[in-house]
Amino acid sequence: MRTKKIVIASFAALGLAIASATAGVAASLPNVPMQKSLGKGEGTLNIIVWAGYAENGSNDKTVDWVNPFTKATGCKVNAKTAGTSDEMVSLMKTGGYDGVSASGDATLRLIYGGQVAPVNTALVPNYKTISSFLKGQQWNSVNGQMYGIPHGWGANVLAYNAAKVKKPTSWSAVFAANSPYKGQITAYDSPIYIADAAMYLMATQPKLKITNPYSLDKTQLAAAVTLLKVQKKNIGEYWSDYTKSVQSFESSNTLLGSSWQVIANTINGDKKVTVATTVPKEGATGWSDTWMISSKAQHPNCMYQWMNWITSPTVNAQVAEYFGEAPSQTLACSHTVDKSFCTTYHATDAAYAKKIWYWTTPTTNCLDGRGNICTDYAAWTQAWTSIKG
Amino acid sequence: MYLSRRAKLLLASLTFGTLGFIYVPLLVVALNSFNPSRTFSWPPQSLSTVWWGRLTESNGVLPAIATSIKVGLGATAIALVLGTCIAFAVSRYSFYGKNTLSLLVIFPIALPGIITGIALNTTFHTFLDPLNKELALWTVVVGHATFCIVVVYNNVLARLRRMGQSLEEASQDLGANIFQTFRFVTFPLVRSALVAGGLLAFALSFDEIVVTTFTAGPGTETLPQWIFNNLFRPNQAPIVNVVATLLIVLFIFPVWLSQRFSQDGSAGGRL
Amino acid sequence: MRNNRVNTWLYRHKGARAALLLALPVLWLAVAYLGSLAVMLISSFWSVDSFTGNIVHSFAFSNFHTLISQRVYSTIAIRSIGVAIAVTVIDGLLAIPIALFISKVLKPRFRSVVIALVLVPLWASYLVKTYAWRSMFADGGVISWILKPFGLHGPGFGLPATTITLAYLWLPYMILPIYAGMDRLPNTLLEASSDLGASARRTFTSIILPIIYPAIIAGSIFTFSLSLGDYIVVKIVGGTTQLVANVIADNVGTAGNLPFAAAMALLPIGTILGYLFIVRRSGALENF
Repeated sequence: MRTKKIVIASFAALGLAIASATAGVAASLPNVPMQKSLGKGEGTLNIIVWAGYAENGSNDKTVDWVNPFTKATGCKVNAKTAGTSDEMVSLMKTGGYDGVSASGDATLRLIYGGQVAPVNTALVPNYKTISSFLKGQQWNSVNGQMYGIPHGWGANVLAYNAAKVKKPTSWSAVFAANSPYKGQITAYDSPIYIADAAMYLMATQPKLKITNPYSLDKTQLAAAVTLLKVQKKNIGEYWSDYTKSVQSFESSNTLLGSSWQVIANTINGDKKVTVATTVPKEGATGWSDTWMISSKAQHPNCMYQWMNWITSPTVNAQVAEYFGEAPSQTLACSHTVDKSFCTTYHATDAAYAKKIWYWTTPTTNCLDGRGNICTDYAAWTQAWTSIKG
Repeated sequence: MYLSRRAKLLLASLTFGTLGFIYVPLLVVALNSFNPSRTFSWPPQSLSTVWWGRLTESNGVLPAIATSIKVGLGATAIALVLGTCIAFAVSRYSFYGKNTLSLLVIFPIALPGIITGIALNTTFHTFLDPLNKELALWTVVVGHATFCIVVVYNNVLARLRRMGQSLEEASQDLGANIFQTFRFVTFPLVRSALVAGGLLAFALSFDEIVVTTFTAGPGTETLPQWIFNNLFRPNQAPIVNVVATLLIVLFIFPVWLSQRFSQDGSAGGRL
Repeated sequence: MRNNRVNTWLYRHKGARAALLLALPVLWLAVAYLGSLAVMLISSFWSVDSFTGNIVHSFAFSNFHTLISQRVYSTIAIRSIGVAIAVTVIDGLLAIPIALFISKVLKPRFRSVVIALVLVPLWASYLVKTYAWRSMFADGGVISWILKPFGLHGPGFGLPATTITLAYLWLPYMILPIYAGMDRLPNTLLEASSDLGASARRTFTSIILPIIYPAIIAGSIFTFSLSLGDYIVVKIVGGTTQLVANVIADNVGTAGNLPFAAAMALLPIGTILGYLFIVRRSGALENF
């Protein structure tokens, strides 16, 4: 069953999604050859992207990094927007595409499914200056071999109305039963938000022995559900799309809660209310996306050129600013329109990035090596229904 | 006078109240199209035509409207054929399962869109996956046509029941064959019902998003989907208010015209 | 002359004519559509393998067991049916006067204008209208702005907001059938009633209502089922609440749990089928 766009459109549209689903499934790695050298461009490039990753000016005349690419390389780009990670995987299986901007969960499925090839980073000159904390991670490499070029990442920060809320240092600000902001707290409307609660419990209830917020056994999931049921009494409204979240903060229906940096920026740009963001001491959940090349790519040279193009300092800066996430390219920071952009998004802040638990699809096979005792996403979905009541 | 003055006044005030209920939110939409905020948060701080200007720069909306029109025309065409066939069969013939069929035709619109959507999605994948084919534009047309049939059916059936069969019988008695009778007698009589039904079918299809979501291929984007995506995409959500305002203004006249056209002493179209 | 032979043959064979008319629609609705529904519903007995995400085709009642044993699902079901009924009642109350006014008070040349005014909102996107209602219900929004001088607060986001927004969205689908049903109500009947001394109320309950009843039922099928199937409005103005369609959408979404979603889908299907059968027995669908 292909997943559905609307339900998780927030993942979809912002290209977030769920990471490293099959990490525990130790399937054998298919032997896919790596490209040795770069040839001439083939004139065409077919890619699968998250909305906003391959803008060609059709939505906004000023936002265009596809046509300049075509001009520079002669590769005409056909970008297909996918709604979900599942859609990306099934599209890649058709073999008609050269590459994909995959999120954490899709990446390992694609690697082990043999749909993508290892990336020869030597053929991507811009790779050298990509943030080192994004290289060789479990969602984009196997045994030290990179399977993609990191694109950008972001955290699900704690946003708060700076005029009415004192800077919170802990997620307890949104989870405490006796919150002074009862009725004006918000939370992300998706089963994946259970991970935020689990992350909080990881710090506050060591007895539960949670080591990874995406690997919860039945007891741990139940504890997270209890916490979220308590939280629900204080929630004014859940949010699942960008526009709704901004409106809610601006009308003061919401004073604090889980959010994205780009949302806070938009609110502050409207100058109605001032919203600040923070990553509390417990850390935060987040996302990280990677460009991967198909093992059956018909236009591999164009795809390599694209991977280099999209991570070049100017373009990576443009994409990151349009999309509202941290660029992977360290040199992008001097090319952003907003000079403080990289500081705002902590783009080169390794310590900050370390505090993020990137979205991962929970499976029965625990990511922390406890075996098959964990709860899967279907169980999380049913739990989320019971939380909302 | 068959209604008292008081009753008329009461009805008039209730009608104006309801029209107010219908149009206040539309005024909010129109006003929000001049709201410079990037998420059209209420109340507007100031008024600006910035989003109207941005619409002319955004050439993403035109392909989306074109897709919606294609889908709407395709679905309406199929619905016109199938709906008319059923209406003729139900009104002119008796056959086994007639009652069941007249109930079945209601199903696709009476059952929630999400159910129709999931069911069709599963079927499409069952047949397309082995062929290595993806959902596409035609799958949306099929989905929309399924729930549009009933609208055409209702309009044509009501017309056929009212006009009876005597004119057709007269035509055949005078020597016209079945095709001539249809072309010169029946069709002109049901034409306005087809227009009314077709317009409503098109309207249903034009604003449909749930069935669309489940039946659209990755490259297909209808206007409602474009609007949906824009509410999620940073920077240009308010354009959707401009589009909606334009659609209202653009459609007032054709809708009124079609209403006048189908005003032949009967109702102005049935759902 | 082939045309003539076809014609003669068709003329003689009434059954063949009916069969020709019905072949395509029956193939489409009974085979393709009903078949799809059946396949989906059968899958409610299956389950999903949590490793591969593939559907396991082994017969089990576990989905139904979950639905029945966990109270949250019946709570959601009752809430959803309640919302659908409330929407239908609100729309009925709003639609009857306006339909009566248009067809019995207005001069014919104004009728098409008002009907067009009722229909035009159908062209303003459903999502845009729903977001307009967000502006209405927000703190400091239109409704609290109107109520403020009276010292009142708006209902904010939640179930009442969801009900009102749904009633707003589906109102044209109620007005149109009732207005269409008014042509069964001859003016002479109203005159006769008032000539015989019946009060306006008596005329309404004894003459008008029984005659337009089938049309109200026709409209109610739309408002009821559209409300029961909606999961987007409640996401936008529903605050923290959820309805049955959200459960279906969430499970079939990222979770990829089609079997569970199909099991949950049985509730709206059953409710609507039950409703259709009841109203059909009353003869109301004849007009539909």
